[in-house]
Amino acid sequence: MCSLASTADSTGVRPLMREWRAVIATWWTILRICLEERLVYRGDFALGTLMRFLPIVTQIFLWGAIFQNAAVSGVSTISGYTYEDMIAYYLLTMVSRAFSSMPSLAGGIARQIRSGEVKKFLIQPVDMIGFLLLSRVAHKLVYYAVAAGPFALVFFLCRAYFPGWPEPLVMAAFLASLVMAFLLGFFLEALMGMIGFWFLEVSSLLFVYMLFTFFFSGHMFPIDMLPGGWKTVVDATPLQYLAYFPAAVFLGKIQGRELAIGLAIELGWVLLLVTACRFAWRRGVARYSGFGG
Amino acid sequence: MAEQPVFSKATAPAALQPASLWMYPRVFATFARNSLVRDMTFRWNFVIESLSSLSWMLMNLGFYVLIFRFTDEIGAGTGWGKYQFFIFLATTTFINSVVQAFFMPNAEEFSELVRTGGLDFAMLKPIDTQFLISLQKVDWSSLSNFGFSGCLLVYSLIRLDYLPSVLQMVLYPGYLLCGVALMYSLMIALAATSVWLGQNQTLYDFWFYITNFSRYPMEIYRGPYGDPLRQVFTFVVPVLVVVNVPARLLAKPLDEQNWPLAGFAIVAAAGSLIVSRWIFQRAMLQYRSASS
Repeated sequence: MCSLASTADSTGVRPLMREWRAVIATWWTILRICLEERLVYRGDFALGTLMRFLPIVTQIFLWGAIFQNAAVSGVSTISGYTYEDMIAYYLLTMVSRAFSSMPSLAGGIARQIRSGEVKKFLIQPVDMIGFLLLSRVAHKLVYYAVAAGPFALVFFLCRAYFPGWPEPLVMAAFLASLVMAFLLGFFLEALMGMIGFWFLEVSSLLFVYMLFTFFFSGHMFPIDMLPGGWKTVVDATPLQYLAYFPAAVFLGKIQGRELAIGLAIELGWVLLLVTACRFAWRRGVARYSGFGG
Repeated sequence: MAEQPVFSKATAPAALQPASLWMYPRVFATFARNSLVRDMTFRWNFVIESLSSLSWMLMNLGFYVLIFRFTDEIGAGTGWGKYQFFIFLATTTFINSVVQAFFMPNAEEFSELVRTGGLDFAMLKPIDTQFLISLQKVDWSSLSNFGFSGCLLVYSLIRLDYLPSVLQMVLYPGYLLCGVALMYSLMIALAATSVWLGQNQTLYDFWFYITNFSRYPMEIYRGPYGDPLRQVFTFVVPVLVVVNVPARLLAKPLDEQNWPLAGFAIVAAAGSLIVSRWIFQRAMLQYRSASS
């Protein structure tokens, strides 16, 4: 990813500096263009964000009914979650998903491969993964800027469900897990998209991926609820870091040693996927043949 | 459209005037056959799509199986135990799969027709425009869930050791149709607004989020916020009666039925069809072609 633009001759210190300046200038230009592009649709964005909280309303009532029934038989927690925890959990997974979800990234890459658009990255001195990563960062930055309002409003209205702000160290771990969730989501999807080099049509594969992500990332329910065997299988995948892990960290479900190990494993997954992505790109491009204009 | 339409239904030659009502089932049969032929041309794609929607349903079912490991009823004293709720789930899927098979692909295309001006051609045809744009395409693969829901329904009834009376079995399909009618009305009314708004992606999301409320027993909406919410989604935008009425009808014994609500569901279905038809026709009057 570090050689976005390699125009200058790279012998000696001065040309090297010039090269790096060129790289940074290219990255900055890409980021600025993408930011401006995203801001065009800010109204639609804000409205869409607020609507995305609507399913939470049904979740609040559904879990209310489930916990009310549990209370009759003298149980106040489900898999260690109180009713308040559960609602807070769902709200927090919305934050995780705001970082880790990459709408139409994999599909976009596969489409570019199929249509031959990917050729432009082979000709221009711009790295495709780097370009896509920057445009995603721009996309997300605009999204957070616009979505901060609706998010703050909903979290303020639901503040009674939260146990309070976590300690600074836990907060730092939460933020780190979110940033890594973004990277993990990005490289996982990019890797899925690059399967398009080998199979032209990947939409059904992407559907399977989406299905598993929805169910096993903890987006639908805290994965602590899964019975033993299933939990082991899910723990072996990186999916839980996309939604469950950051939320569980914030709520203090994962602490101390466990938290440190969790973060380390997440980092390991990120590094592994970055490498896999590079490898797939290199092999894919070597395989790829483009015809016509 | 232009102020002086050169060619409209009023000026169409007699041969092009709508023939009669019996033409509609025949035209629909042609649409359905054409869609099936297209689906069968890409057979593997069809199989994969059927499996996809089936696995989506299985995931959903998995979620509720998981929930019922921790509770034996959704809401204390509501009577929605595991198998009653599975009947509810099967009912949801029956209605959704019909809506997705027959109306969803068309409603999705409608805003595209408005944007590109392709709606002109639909309006010129000597057949009711709403019928034409609502049913032109059938997505047969969405019906794969229908079979699965049937199995789930029968299995749940066996597990409950309960046989509904003849009256319930007769009324159930009728109320499924009422549910489909309500969903269709909401969808076509939302689609029609694309004539005014040009683009309606957010509105489709809105449709999804609103109908999301229909997926659970209405008893869960209670308390200071839940009660008004239930009232609004029962009487103003009646999405709560869509699944709740048929599901209750089949899952609960006769003496636990809510007959006033069942009566209301018929009125709501008929009313919403009329209102959505009115909205659609208003939209057609305001339509200005995008082409030429």
